[in-house]
Amino acid sequence: MTQEKPHSCPDCSSCAQAGCNCVDCQCSVRIRGLGVKKKDGVILHDVNLNVRHGEIMALIGRNGAGKTTLLKALLGRIPYTGEIYFTSHKGEQVEKPKIGYVPQNLLFDHSSPMSVGDMLCANLSRFPVWLGQKKAARRRAAEMLERAGAGPELLNKKLGNLSGGELQRVLLAFALEPMPDLLLLDEPVSAVDRRGIEVFYELVCSLRVRYHMPVILVSHDLSHVRQYATSAALLDRTIRISGEVEQVMASREVRETFGLPAPEGEER
Amino acid sequence: MEFLYSVIDTLLPFEWTEFNFMKNAFVAVLLITPLFGLVGTMIVNNRMSFFSDALGHSALTGIAIGVLMGVDNYLLSMLGFALLFAVGISAVIGSGVSSADTIIGVFSSTGLALGVVLLSASGGFSKYSSYLIGDILTVQPEEIALLGCVLLAVLLVWGLFFNRFLLSSINGDLAASKNIREGALQKIFVILVAVLVTVSIKWVGVLIINSLLVLPAASARNVARSMRSYHAWSVGVSMFSGVAGLILSYYLGTAAGGTIVLVAAVVFAVTFLAGMVSGRRRAA
Repeated sequence: MTQEKPHSCPDCSSCAQAGCNCVDCQCSVRIRGLGVKKKDGVILHDVNLNVRHGEIMALIGRNGAGKTTLLKALLGRIPYTGEIYFTSHKGEQVEKPKIGYVPQNLLFDHSSPMSVGDMLCANLSRFPVWLGQKKAARRRAAEMLERAGAGPELLNKKLGNLSGGELQRVLLAFALEPMPDLLLLDEPVSAVDRRGIEVFYELVCSLRVRYHMPVILVSHDLSHVRQYATSAALLDRTIRISGEVEQVMASREVRETFGLPAPEGEER
Repeated sequence: MEFLYSVIDTLLPFEWTEFNFMKNAFVAVLLITPLFGLVGTMIVNNRMSFFSDALGHSALTGIAIGVLMGVDNYLLSMLGFALLFAVGISAVIGSGVSSADTIIGVFSSTGLALGVVLLSASGGFSKYSSYLIGDILTVQPEEIALLGCVLLAVLLVWGLFFNRFLLSSINGDLAASKNIREGALQKIFVILVAVLVTVSIKWVGVLIINSLLVLPAASARNVARSMRSYHAWSVGVSMFSGVAGLILSYYLGTAAGGTIVLVAAVVFAVTFLAGMVSGRRRAA
């Protein structure tokens, strides 16, 4: 295992501003030459991407551009070529990264008699939840919910009976324990009302500030991307353009993909 | 065993406990039903009820292979074939060519037909027809010990792996984000189901084994609101149906397995109605 010092990743130009040694200037996730092939053709090819600590990177692109496929590769759910490196904020390479994942629409069995407490405690402790939830684990689960902006009263609710906003918060709480090396948000707001969306994003932003956690956010809503992301990458089978949010959003590639007016015109 | 018999005589001084075969059956039911109640919860969670049914059907081919190889104890040939069968089903499903239920259906009917053909070719199927409905009354003390071992093994697996089973049953991607290896868990679970089905098929029967796996968990789902109550209900319903069905079958002179399943079906209907009523009350 190679020890990597901050600023020593030679092939990542976007991070490490000259002289700055703060955590946020160090690369956390480096994707190099990633490709995914399926039976019906090449889904992704030559994907190169850096995500720094404490960066919220918006991954944008049209439908079928491969955004979800990239997330699945990061989760290790599908075979891919190329390399993905994770580096902790201490600069050490992480072999088995912990990934927090908040899926778009969680497909699960809504009739399953599983309470929120069951789900969180199953993740927290080895004590089998069919025998019950340990008091300590339940307390910890309540803290996790609180961190994600939800109350402890959700613990006894069935997962299938939650509202869209409640489910998002439970999934966020679940994703944040243990503290992940990377947080993946796959359009987390599609089932949540407008106020809920803002609360959710503010929460994610505060987590970024507090824990210097790198976040990859897949979103269709460009106004959210502008408002909450710190950087953006346009994906269309490969990374077309990436960088600071404003720079990417003003680029010709993004305007073409989303049919936006030229920068002189009114912004949507 | 003598000690167990005397305990039963003291605690349950009824007509149906006078015979040793009934005592054996009673103890076997007390061991089999919690097993089915426990494992059934995850079979229903993972939507694998069709899969466990197919494993039951494959047992018939397993017996036929045992007969052809000339062994007396079909347990090993059944277990071997059931595992092969399970691996085959997973592999074909994994290829993504056809939908899972279609593939399982194909395997299931093939397993049954192959068993019937092989057994009838080797000298009359009627000799083995008892495997179709099973006969709990023929259970022997050493077989009861085997059931006890399986119960211990299931409890061990449920103690060690349950949380991971649960998380991977919610959603595969979510489990993957916690570094839970779904594939390995799936294998453990399939082996467990294959062992359970194989060991108990002689007494429960190919045709009803799946009802005993699915009905208690399905009833429990109607009323449970957490994993603990789900398991408590499932094991409770399973044991109640088992004991009540066994006693009823004695007095009615009916087949024990079928009577047990019918009791479980009645319990399902009751819990279904109870769940509907309480659901409506909560909604109001």
